Amino acid sequence: MQAASALRTGLDIVPASDHSILVTLGHEISPEVHARVRRFCHLLTGNLHDAILNVHPVYASVLVTFEPRESDLEEIGALLDLLLRKVDEIEDPPARTVEIPVCYGGEHGPDLAEVARMCGLPPEEVIERHVAGEYSVYFLGFAPGFAYLGNIDERIAAPRREVPRSEVPPGSVGINGRQTGIYPLATPGGWRLIGRTPLKIFDPQRERPSVLAFGDRVKFYAITPKEFESRCR
Amino acid sequence: MPVIRVVEPGYQTTVQDLGRPGCAHMGVSASGAADTLSFRLGNLLVGNPENTSSLEMTFTGGVFEFDADNLVALTGADFQAKLDGTPIPCWVPIEVKAGQTLALGRTRGGARCYLSVHGGIDVPLALGSASTHLRTGLGGLEGRALRAGDELRIGPSPGPHRAIRQVHPQKALRWLDARIIRVTLGPQAHWFSADSAERFFRETANVSEDSDRMSIRLAGIRLRQLRRDEMLTEGICCGAVQALPDGQPVISFVEHQTTGAYPKFASVITADLPRLGQLMPGGSLHFELVSFEDARAILRAQEEWIDSMT
Repeated sequence: MQAASALRTGLDIVPASDHSILVTLGHEISPEVHARVRRFCHLLTGNLHDAILNVHPVYASVLVTFEPRESDLEEIGALLDLLLRKVDEIEDPPARTVEIPVCYGGEHGPDLAEVARMCGLPPEEVIERHVAGEYSVYFLGFAPGFAYLGNIDERIAAPRREVPRSEVPPGSVGINGRQTGIYPLATPGGWRLIGRTPLKIFDPQRERPSVLAFGDRVKFYAITPKEFESRCR
Repeated sequence: MPVIRVVEPGYQTTVQDLGRPGCAHMGVSASGAADTLSFRLGNLLVGNPENTSSLEMTFTGGVFEFDADNLVALTGADFQAKLDGTPIPCWVPIEVKAGQTLALGRTRGGARCYLSVHGGIDVPLALGSASTHLRTGLGGLEGRALRAGDELRIGPSPGPHRAIRQVHPQKALRWLDARIIRVTLGPQAHWFSADSAERFFRETANVSEDSDRMSIRLAGIRLRQLRRDEMLTEGICCGAVQALPDGQPVISFVEHQTTGAYPKFASVITADLPRLGQLMPGGSLHFELVSFEDARAILRAQEEWIDSMT
């Protein structure tokens, strides 16, 4: 295959274009594969080549984009190959834990009752199970700052809505199967909304624009509607 | 501070620079000028660094009043520009006097025309770039396209800088010939049948009307998948040619989704990404397969051509 032959390395490292390389670290959405992706990103950010423009981790792969006027597939590919060989030799890098306040149910979580019904649980238990977990940020995508978090308790893994909402209020916390996420901006969305955070999840003017980053650990805690209002001000 | 007053905005005019390439991990695609070649040449013509923010106009141009003398250039597609009613050419620096009006019209061919001004358009940076990202309302002037009545501040002169005096229009247009788009094979190229791959490169594709800065949708050709495996979501680069479940090819463009789960058959080579910015809805094109070595040589030739003019 021509796509693979430009590099000496195997199928784990293939050119995605003349200015990007896709590194595959697994074939499933799981905490183990996520840990591997994290270790690879940790190695890479510690050994960056000047021409690398972006390191873009997703569930089980990393897309590395570079300036093709300053380097080429062979040079960047060789670096990635070297690092990939070490990926199972290093410790997992420490993760930041981020706590997110959420006002569950009511006007802020319009699908909570339906999720509870679908899962055969009282709404309070859906909240308890959502709050009990500690989740990993598998990646950010779909919209600026939108983090895909997993895995949530199987008992509350409600599927997405058949008809997506045309606009979801920013800060809304949704469930989609074994994943949960927070809508940073008012966008269309099909995840089932169980609550809302008063935090501004994405703000390009902040030094750290996104509250959540790839590899973070996330915990939710419940707040009252009154606390929600006061924290919005 | 001198300003440009927007009398008419044109169909879709935005402030652009070369984008914010390092933000994909936050879910933000690079954005930036759709035709970076014309964009860079425009800046070099007026003595700006290549990444200075300029105006990108789409299909039809705007009408702009200058309140101070300036040096401007129009590059990319010919939008039939007139300065106080007198036609002016593209690809050369033009002196504008205070009080003069620059009026652009409809394109004569090609989707985008760039207006570069000495000093650039002064807007606050968002995530390190002045580029407007329309889908997310980020950057540029309040994250949106220009409206009548907007006032654009001109930035300070960058001082002496590498510049070019003129660009040979025919040579530029050869680099921007959007009838041929060269690609390398993508990471899932082997997911497609040999027959459909062969037809992809033989048949004529048409640009759908719903194409924009996010994606270029193609009609007339179909990619037939051999495998129906569930694909895990992956990062996407600008220029990736994805196949939708019904086989329709879609090229991710400057405001693309950062991730996706459609298989990628091919990727447009870096030297031809500017051509995508000149594709007109309804226009037709052919894809041509090149090797990674060819892609590199073509890019090097393009850069050498630019260097030869400075």
